[in-house]
Amino acid sequence: MAQSSQYCTFYLDKLLFGVELKGVQEVIRSLEVTRVPLAPAAVSGLINLRGQVVTAVDLRRQLQLEPRPPGLPAMNVVVRSDDGAVSLLVDEIGDVVEVEEISFEPPPGTLRSSVRSMVQGVHKLNGRLLHVLDIENACHICADGQTGFGDHSSENRITDKSDLAD
Amino acid sequence: MSESDIVNDFLVESYENLDRLDRELVGLEKNPDDRDALGSVFRTIHTIKGACGFLGFNKLEAVAHVGESLLTRLRDRQLTLNPEITTALLSMVDAVRQMLSQIEKAGQEGERNDSMLIATLTRLQQAPAPVEVAPVPESRSEAVGLPTSIGDILMQRAGVTPAQIQSAAEKQKEGDPRHLGEILVEQGAVRPADVVEALRIQRSSRAGGPASDSTIRVDVGLLDKVMNLVGELVLARNQVLQFAKRIKDTGFLAASQRLNLITTELQEVVMKTRMQPIGNIWGQFPRTVRDVALSCGKQVNIEIEGKETELDKTIIEAIKDPLTHLVRNSVDHGIERPEDRVKAGKSPAGRLVLRAFHEGGQVNIEISDDGAGLNVERIRKKAIERALVTSEQVASMSEQEIFNLVFLPGFSTAQKVTNVSGRGVGMDVVKTNVERIGGTVDLQSSFGRGTTVHVKIPLTLAIIPALVVTCGGDRYAIPQVNLLELVRLEAEQARTAIEMVHGAPVYRLRGRLLPLIYLSRELQLEESGERADAVNIVVLQADDRQFGLVVDEINDTEEIVVKPLRKQLKTVKTFVGSSIMGDGRVALILDVLGLAQRAGVVSESRARPVAEKAAEVAETAGEKQTFLLFAGLDDSRMAIPLSTLARLEEFPISQVEMSGGQWVTQYRGRILPLIRLSVVLEERRNRLRALHAPPAPDSALLQVLVLNHEGHSFGLVVERILDIVEDRADVRSPANRAAVLYSAVIGNRVTELLDIPAILRVAGVSAARPRPVTKSAEAAN
Repeated sequence: MAQSSQYCTFYLDKLLFGVELKGVQEVIRSLEVTRVPLAPAAVSGLINLRGQVVTAVDLRRQLQLEPRPPGLPAMNVVVRSDDGAVSLLVDEIGDVVEVEEISFEPPPGTLRSSVRSMVQGVHKLNGRLLHVLDIENACHICADGQTGFGDHSSENRITDKSDLAD
Repeated sequence: MSESDIVNDFLVESYENLDRLDRELVGLEKNPDDRDALGSVFRTIHTIKGACGFLGFNKLEAVAHVGESLLTRLRDRQLTLNPEITTALLSMVDAVRQMLSQIEKAGQEGERNDSMLIATLTRLQQAPAPVEVAPVPESRSEAVGLPTSIGDILMQRAGVTPAQIQSAAEKQKEGDPRHLGEILVEQGAVRPADVVEALRIQRSSRAGGPASDSTIRVDVGLLDKVMNLVGELVLARNQVLQFAKRIKDTGFLAASQRLNLITTELQEVVMKTRMQPIGNIWGQFPRTVRDVALSCGKQVNIEIEGKETELDKTIIEAIKDPLTHLVRNSVDHGIERPEDRVKAGKSPAGRLVLRAFHEGGQVNIEISDDGAGLNVERIRKKAIERALVTSEQVASMSEQEIFNLVFLPGFSTAQKVTNVSGRGVGMDVVKTNVERIGGTVDLQSSFGRGTTVHVKIPLTLAIIPALVVTCGGDRYAIPQVNLLELVRLEAEQARTAIEMVHGAPVYRLRGRLLPLIYLSRELQLEESGERADAVNIVVLQADDRQFGLVVDEINDTEEIVVKPLRKQLKTVKTFVGSSIMGDGRVALILDVLGLAQRAGVVSESRARPVAEKAAEVAETAGEKQTFLLFAGLDDSRMAIPLSTLARLEEFPISQVEMSGGQWVTQYRGRILPLIRLSVVLEERRNRLRALHAPPAPDSALLQVLVLNHEGHSFGLVVERILDIVEDRADVRSPANRAAVLYSAVIGNRVTELLDIPAILRVAGVSAARPRPVTKSAEAAN
């Protein structure tokens, strides 16, 4: 029997991304961000989420996409990571979509290795591809501000998952 | 209530009981006739045993059972407590504790073999006294479970016989619904007034017992949550107060003031719920001290003052290990063996005093012993040996600075490594751990008389007072503990007051150069372009260094709620956390030490440069200065600034050797040239005669001032050292002989101040850079 799962989708530089709905705490419009000097570039800053201080991760930088054009307000997708809530800054919020496991495919080998750990794979939707984001890895910031996940463990994990999908 | 709940309750209660057992057993050893303490120990073991049987922990029950039997013999005075029995009982407590933690982890007792322990405990019961272990009077065995039974009290107070109580108790069993006292009154065994009195005694003894009805157990997680919510409330209150200022509505203002008061009070009360007396961790120290003292053959009496002093739970947990280490250290290294103590004229038993008290919003903890004290010489040697400091650095260090060397990583003065301490991973870890929670450690010692360690720690970590500053348009909070003072320089002043030392900005703060750090540069914020017309300097202290932090604006001091940074920002060393400000925005809390390290103000080695010390000496020039006074020729008085003095020494004349027509002595592995004051001050024609004159036969010991001049040391032999005084020495007249700088009135008498470089010239001593004695010995061979 085909399994289906729900994704909260959003756009980054015209690409469609999705995180598993059960990992999403809430989606809120643009909040005031306090910058953190000397922090890795992918950390946008800190936001006050109803009395909780939450780190905001600039997903465009994290995924090595073009920087967000000035004047475009970011939306916050607040996800639950192992280390508490983290806000992922995205361009625009999409729908919640339900997809079948059958439409899933692992990322192509030509995908840049530095972002491979964050993109688990894609779902082939009608007319476009939904990039499936790995929440933990997307929330992980390397000390040098780069997001290289060249280590084998994470690569293995991805293959494992694709095995499951088959 | 499920079974696991019951087991959990059993565990929590048993742990508490075991901690009390440790204390009571050690107390009992000191005072074996304390029947109350013995009764309490017995009851505790009895309770644990009973619960084990009920819950089916058979091994635990077996151990507790032999322990109880041994205690029964003690209680019935068939045995007296001796160190062997105490040790056995304490190891039983340890075994029980281990089994409990096993039960906590695995849900069952696990594989254990306690036959050795059980055998020891059984053997100890076989001491002199005969007969089997029968709980003697019937009523007594019932008294075990309760603090005190009414029957016991009546027997003691009103002369009721056990038989009368027995018969009354039997009547109750047969179905008599009345109280024991009522039956006894009816039987004429006792007066009603006695029963009333007995009930009163019973009530008061129960209220003081371990199980009190006025407390409940609360999950710490729940308290943490309450604490967080109060933190939020404090923020909301701050926001409301800001609104209230803007909206000039008296009703709203009054309401917000009330909200303010209630919130403050609530915050205090909730903080209190997390407070624990420091006695909770000190309670284990008598046991620790006993064990350590026993293992190194020492006698130590521990005294505890202020154990009711309260601290936040998280802090209590954080200081537990450092304090334990300090206590062990005191017993292991500080306090001498009994025979050495007697030789030194002290009582054979050492004294270890723990004190805790509140002062200025902080908790002070002192651990002092009356032991051997720190040996400055040995620390100095060791520090050089371990290459922690250079010998030049050490030479210019004060005694206090030398004591502080023991906090350097890799330092340990213990002659031999014991299983207790002396592995060189001690004091630096203590210091790091205490500093991590915003505290300080300081050490004072007097050789031969003992050592005192002062630990200062904040009451709580959750809410701290902080100074809020602005830089590059953002606000930053600086913890108040690091703050010394604020300096504001107006525009024209700023242009001249900030000077450059080869590009490094400094400011003269009361005559001393204060290194300046520009926050905007350190944080790589974009410069605000036009320099503001005034410069704001926040003078901060980081690890015994001071520096000035230049910020755009100084806002206000505020109580802030500290929120830790998440792992994404753990690599950023310049911030310790964040906080939500009154307007709802997030502000970062600066890590002053991290910032200082980043800017290079504080080096990792924590060594203080000589330049800074020199600056201190210079600073005091116009002010009061400390002088060492000594006798010159013909009853005159002479002085040198104390700062030039390294040490005072006495050498036996036999240690003086001649080298190149000059007096020298071997001193700390070097050749120290000796200059005789009497020779220097003689007129030229007499000098030669004086130089070759044999030393006066009665001066068996030479009084030597060891002086440092430009990194070289030499000894100045004087006749008599008079005093150390503090004086301005501002009444001066020019010198009338060589080797004297000027005459001044010091301590109400005219005193000549020695000119040290001139002395060296006159004496013809080239105070050569000291060489190790081994090398010159080789050369001599």
